[in-house]
Amino acid sequence: MSNFSKTFSSTLGKKLVMSLTGLFLCVFLIVHLIGNLQIFKADDGLAFNQYAHFMTHFPPIKIISYLLYLSIIVHSVWALILTRRNKAARPIGYAIKPKDGSIWSSRNMGILGTIIFIFIVVHMSNFWFKYHQGYTPFVEYQTNLKTGETTTRVLDASEFKEYVTYVDNGIQITQSEDLYKEVYTAFQQWWLVLFYVIAMAALAFHLIHGFQSAFQTLGWNHRKYFPIAKFVGLWGFGILIPLAYVAMPLYVFLTNL
Amino acid sequence: MMLDAKIPEGPLAEKWNKHKFNLKLVNPANKRKYDIIVVGTGLAGASAAATLAELGYNVKAFCFQDSPRRAHSIAAQGGINAAKNYPNDGDSVYRLFYDTIKGGDYRSREGNVYRLAEVSVNIIDQCVAQGVPFAREYGGLLDNRSFGGAQVSRTFYAKGQTGQQLLLGAYSALNRQIQAGKVKMYTRSEMLDLVVVDGKAQGIVTRNLITGQVDTHSGHAVLLCTGGYGNVFYLSTNAMGSNVTAAWRAHKRGAFFANPCYTQIHPTCIPVTGDHQSKLTLMSESLRNDGRVWVPKTVELAERLRKGELKARDIKEEDRDYYLERKYPSFGNLVPRDVASRNAKQVCDEGRGVGKSGLAVYLDFADAISRLGQPAVAAKYGNLFDMYQQITDENPYQVPMRIYPAVHYTMGGLWVDYNLMTSLPGLYSLGEANFSDHGANRLGASALMQGLADGYFVIPYTVGDYLANIGPAPIDANRPEFAQTKAEVEERISKLLSLKGTKTVDEYHRDLGHIMWEYCGMSRNAEGLKKAKGMIAELRDAFWKNVIVVGENEEVNQSLEKAGRVADFLELGELMVDDALNREESCGGHFREEYQTPEGEALRNDNEFAYVAAWEFKGNNMPEVLHKEQLVFENVKLTQRSYK
Amino acid sequence: MSGHMNLTLKVWRQKNSTTPGKFVTYKANDISPDMSFLEMLDVVNEDLVKKTEDPIHFDHDCREGICGMCSLVINGEPHGPKRATTTCQLHMRSFADGDTIVIEPWRAAAFPVVKDLVTNRSAFERIQQAGGYVSISTGGVPDANEIPIPKPVADEAFSSAECIGCGACVAACKNASAMLFVSAKISQYALLPQGQPERYARAEAMVLQMDEEGFGGCTNTYACEAQCPKEIKVTNIARMNREFFNAELIKS
Repeated sequence: MSNFSKTFSSTLGKKLVMSLTGLFLCVFLIVHLIGNLQIFKADDGLAFNQYAHFMTHFPPIKIISYLLYLSIIVHSVWALILTRRNKAARPIGYAIKPKDGSIWSSRNMGILGTIIFIFIVVHMSNFWFKYHQGYTPFVEYQTNLKTGETTTRVLDASEFKEYVTYVDNGIQITQSEDLYKEVYTAFQQWWLVLFYVIAMAALAFHLIHGFQSAFQTLGWNHRKYFPIAKFVGLWGFGILIPLAYVAMPLYVFLTNL
Repeated sequence: MMLDAKIPEGPLAEKWNKHKFNLKLVNPANKRKYDIIVVGTGLAGASAAATLAELGYNVKAFCFQDSPRRAHSIAAQGGINAAKNYPNDGDSVYRLFYDTIKGGDYRSREGNVYRLAEVSVNIIDQCVAQGVPFAREYGGLLDNRSFGGAQVSRTFYAKGQTGQQLLLGAYSALNRQIQAGKVKMYTRSEMLDLVVVDGKAQGIVTRNLITGQVDTHSGHAVLLCTGGYGNVFYLSTNAMGSNVTAAWRAHKRGAFFANPCYTQIHPTCIPVTGDHQSKLTLMSESLRNDGRVWVPKTVELAERLRKGELKARDIKEEDRDYYLERKYPSFGNLVPRDVASRNAKQVCDEGRGVGKSGLAVYLDFADAISRLGQPAVAAKYGNLFDMYQQITDENPYQVPMRIYPAVHYTMGGLWVDYNLMTSLPGLYSLGEANFSDHGANRLGASALMQGLADGYFVIPYTVGDYLANIGPAPIDANRPEFAQTKAEVEERISKLLSLKGTKTVDEYHRDLGHIMWEYCGMSRNAEGLKKAKGMIAELRDAFWKNVIVVGENEEVNQSLEKAGRVADFLELGELMVDDALNREESCGGHFREEYQTPEGEALRNDNEFAYVAAWEFKGNNMPEVLHKEQLVFENVKLTQRSYK
Repeated sequence: MSGHMNLTLKVWRQKNSTTPGKFVTYKANDISPDMSFLEMLDVVNEDLVKKTEDPIHFDHDCREGICGMCSLVINGEPHGPKRATTTCQLHMRSFADGDTIVIEPWRAAAFPVVKDLVTNRSAFERIQQAGGYVSISTGGVPDANEIPIPKPVADEAFSSAECIGCGACVAACKNASAMLFVSAKISQYALLPQGQPERYARAEAMVLQMDEEGFGGCTNTYACEAQCPKEIKVTNIARMNREFFNAELIKS
């Protein structure tokens, strides 16, 4: 055990923690995105709300979600610890800012990370917290299984007991927390949308550096395969994923102008 | 006093083996009772310190740099010779021995040189085992190249950074012993004097270059591995800090200084651009394999080149004088260093030099580029061409390089016997600091070989003999000689610091360099040398009256450091002149104009001068006394070198 | 050559490690473009000495780009504006007449200023003493050709071994991290067969000593690689990480 504590108290060990938690969070981003994309389905949020329910109630996912929260906290706290050490390593700075040939994002992971952290707090208190505390509105979907037509009805808090879905007389009835509506309403506020855009931009830059950087830290920089990590980091995590994320608030906002 | 070189009896090939057996051994349990001081941490010093510590001695190692690995061995480019005969091209220990003796113009000891060739093979094994990344062939085995005109490929190399890699290897061995507590390393510490007790070297006085503190250190033996004295010329390929102080102080305490006039002038250096120049940069002599050396045939054309009215490419083929090819048809541009250098000086003296100063000749690659193509030339010499362009801002692919000789290596140094012990018991000298193995001229890729041979494979045996004889009783650092020497050092420092004249140390150093280069450089004559002797004495007097030394002792004071070193150069310079005057012959790097063949080649006088000139210091402003160690050649026949 | 330059220098002056330092402005007049940067400082120092003022202290020795002693952060860049060049090999033609040049020492807690532009880089020594060697003694080693080493491996080990230990990587890194230096040293031995017996112990010892010295961590900005006068690659850092994690988590 002492070997482990020695390892993880070293700067390299701490960097190992950063890279592993970071990569885990990257995987989460993909999963989260796939679910969130349900928002684009023109079903008044049925699929989206089903997904929200599944994510919050399926036990293995629940366990993983706790791991996720832990990762966010560890990633942030370790970043702070490392930053403190790094600052202490140069008590007197240069009079002239070094032109060091590095890319901007790599030098500003802390700032980018802070924006992302604030975003996570806002995002979670907006949706996760309300959802978990049952502050969201409720909804009932009635889908005619023959025609496929769906009608929606707003449920009163008093009418809603728990998430249910059943078939009654050829009609699939689903009663659910209406996170979809919560999201839809929220994204009609321009300042929140703007905040999301900024946060996703920060995420993009954070990942352009962060994703490939994690591989370097792990020592996985094989001359053949490392370029793939760089490519995925730039195009996948740096551009595609943030664009897809930011498309949601923009879509909602723009379609409701 | 009779100089006894202690060369063992017997056939050449058996001398070292027999000698090793005859040397006394120190009981393993007693080794830790001995302290050994090693000054300098270049190839010789670092390898000696590490090896002696491995054997169990307590070593104190000193260097003036901030790290042992900065010593100037690091700058050696070309390679290291060893008689491995891996290429199967006819090399042998005997051939390396023979080439070295001949290359040294028959002014070195057969016994020493044979031993050097013998242990050369062990050096390569040792370095590879340390993790030195020598160049390799595709089959995974070590690559060799031919170097410096040798007819066999016996040079091991690591790109153009062989010295760096070998030094890092020796340094790693040193680090291991520092970590083990067997070596105490003192960096930024300069040796300023030697402590001699009862006629034996027993300690040194050092100045801490950070705090200015002057300390004494005691030891059963003192090893000076402090490099050469090329900086006496001010401009040389040596590092800025390279100096003679340690060796010179030891000389003044009784160690003889041998053959000080033997200096090696390297032909392919980048020419001086102005008075601001602080050092000269060497370019590997491998360039002469493909470059052609020339100057214009007439003074008039040269003048127009100097004024910039003409460019090198404007000079027609028939107006060019490829003087090395003309004079030495069989060797051409590949004549030995001393010959190439002297001829460059000669054409420049005739007024046919090029470049703004007229102190340069062309090294032209146009032919090689048209024959081999630019990519092939770039593959061979790319890094050298880049370096040249970096420094001169000229593109050698388009215009010929300008080169001029520069002081590179000093074959002379402290006199040592076969055991590397100086004439002062307990004081040893290794590497370039001693005089032993290169005679009057050193072959390319032999300096690294000698430094490591001395440190790894000679001194560990020979120092034991002395130590076993004197016994392990601790050295008494309370003997008055320690305090006395320290007081003298401090007095000298205060004297230097009290000098608040009008001329800087660098100005005096530059003046000295000019004198030495002019009169005791590539070619010398009696009249010039006599003149130089007076000039140096005058300069030295002026220095001690009129130099400016700023600051105080108790701080980092580079002004004071430099002043002390230049003061010693000012004394050494005179001895070099004396030695050059005394040696009325030409040999290797020492060319006396009065002694040359009708074709202008060096003319040795083996009957009268086949000896080592070892000089004994008798007191300030007193003439030094010459002791002659006759060189005995039992195995090689002395011949006149010819490169026609 | 024509076109001599007049320059303004802002130089960090600090009497010793305990006294705070400050910038002092000097004029460097009539500077030839053929001078090296250090020769330009020599000229300024000659003037200072003539006025019996303390010359600007800076570390230097070989002046041919190999000893690693020279340093200086010039206008925010370790070893100045030219890539793959040490300060001693930087020539004044890289500057223009009338330029103001700011000269600072390496800045790192682990490299305290000794005087002016001279810093104490002994932390590098201790890191190498911790394990930067193969534990063999002189003599008794196998023949040099006993173990063939594939040329690409030997070449790669050599390119790591080219490090001159100047500390520019630390100076360039925003975290004053020494990882490029340490990883180059670890890599050289990790690649060669001779380094295998102590491979993991060495990686562990050197990394822990590096931490002990107070260098920052690596954030993979790769500024070190960009500023390294010997173009040491950051792939060395990845290798070091691998060696260390292997040493700690798998091999021990």
